[in-house]
Amino acid sequence: MSSSATARADAQRRGPRLAPLTCRLCGAPSAPSAVAVCERCLGPLEPAYDPHRRLPTRAEIEARPETMWRYLEWLPFLDAPVVSLDVGFTPLVDSPALARALGVHRALVKNDAASHPTFSFKDRVVASALNAALGLGLDTVGCASTGNLANAVAAQAARAGLAAWIFIPEDLEIGKIVGTAVYGPRLVRVKGTYDDVNRLCAQVADRFGFGLVNLNLRSYYGEGSKTMAFEIGEQLGWRTPDAIIAPMAGGSLVTKLDKGFRELRTAGLLDGPAPRVYGAQATGCAPIVNLVESGGEQIVPVQPRTIARSLAIGNPADGRFAAKAIRESGGAAAAVTDEELVAGIRLLAETTGVFGETAAGVTVASALKLARAGALRPSDELVLCVTGNGLKTVEAVLPALPESPVVAPKLREVAALVERSR
Amino acid sequence: MPVTLRLPTVLAKSAGGQTVHEATGGTVGAVIDDVTSRHPELASRLRGPDGKPYPYVIFYLDDEDIRFQQGFATPVADGAEIVVVPAIAGG
Repeated sequence: MSSSATARADAQRRGPRLAPLTCRLCGAPSAPSAVAVCERCLGPLEPAYDPHRRLPTRAEIEARPETMWRYLEWLPFLDAPVVSLDVGFTPLVDSPALARALGVHRALVKNDAASHPTFSFKDRVVASALNAALGLGLDTVGCASTGNLANAVAAQAARAGLAAWIFIPEDLEIGKIVGTAVYGPRLVRVKGTYDDVNRLCAQVADRFGFGLVNLNLRSYYGEGSKTMAFEIGEQLGWRTPDAIIAPMAGGSLVTKLDKGFRELRTAGLLDGPAPRVYGAQATGCAPIVNLVESGGEQIVPVQPRTIARSLAIGNPADGRFAAKAIRESGGAAAAVTDEELVAGIRLLAETTGVFGETAAGVTVASALKLARAGALRPSDELVLCVTGNGLKTVEAVLPALPESPVVAPKLREVAALVERSR
Repeated sequence: MPVTLRLPTVLAKSAGGQTVHEATGGTVGAVIDDVTSRHPELASRLRGPDGKPYPYVIFYLDDEDIRFQQGFATPVADGAEIVVVPAIAGG
């Protein structure tokens, strides 16, 4: 780039400088851009980190603000972020009652249902993607979404002053539609499945040059997921758990959790062996579980049929990488029915006091299934990733809950209820 | 009536700088062969060494994923549109 072109690019840029990219398949280098695939082989591009960069100590990290940005050296930016500075550092909740129900030594819930600002782990990836968008000089962002991502992009774009085009399947849960529309984006409801939305958005990104966070900004977006692993390691006292289980939609989260633990271990900041990674899906949409179980190399796409809408991706982009991470870590995968996932939501709520969305129900029910099958061990310390808030998907659990009694405001009516409950 | 093949921008460099191509052929595979005969550099990015669709792209015939049909053997009607999308997205 000439010096005048560099000056122009700098003038347009309002965000941090970005790490360069490299192809995960062929290793070809690529300059930072809003393109997520390699020109040479079409493999996925991922950030290339300088192996000689200075890494912080545990004490230095602990002295930083409690957000995902305290791990900046492992995120794809060469300067400090400029927007979404308050995302991350959600609670890690110890749940002895859930551990007893699962038959494991210890169960901890990484509670991204409490994520700021939109109550799902998608806040992390969007925080990373919007800083990348600003670093690339883009003024319009967007996404193809099953709901949580739509919420996160709409909210964070609104406060960053970016225009947003958000595409969702037309029949998403009402909480997810309202929880997007309220921030004032261009919200487009598409007649079709998430996979239809995704295909359309690939064409939209190509045609209009929008920064669609999970498409052409995906190389920068996905890295935000690693912060869940970083936080878990730090919150455990700078060590790894025995096992971790997460829901799988596109398959990126499981892959990035594995990568996150590996990176902090390599840096000498985490003690203990790499955790076994477990993945959870609904039986009505389980292409990654199928791949793990078949031992194959390529995803066979499916047409989703499940109430776990946030996991209803029949053609998961990172499915093969997720399956590889699970197999190589010594973990496993499981799928559960819609009925089992609703029971999972209730088990999590009743044992832990955390109301997770359908994906959380899938995760808890799958953990129960894996524990009963012996894939999880009685001695295990297990972390369960709750990735979204149950208030967004109340439709799923409402029919399964007991009807509450309605009484007149009279003590004798309550006394009758108390008597009957004995 | 010819068939329209739409390529993503990332593949246009290998196809004479064009993303939209008119082609002929009775199946998706035959249409791809027709275009790659004119742009040989494109061939390895659309068809894998095993002759099947290259795993890092997805082919849609009139908005339907050909993996749910007959793959490259899926019949193509006159005037149809084939869209090629990189297999990177979702979630």
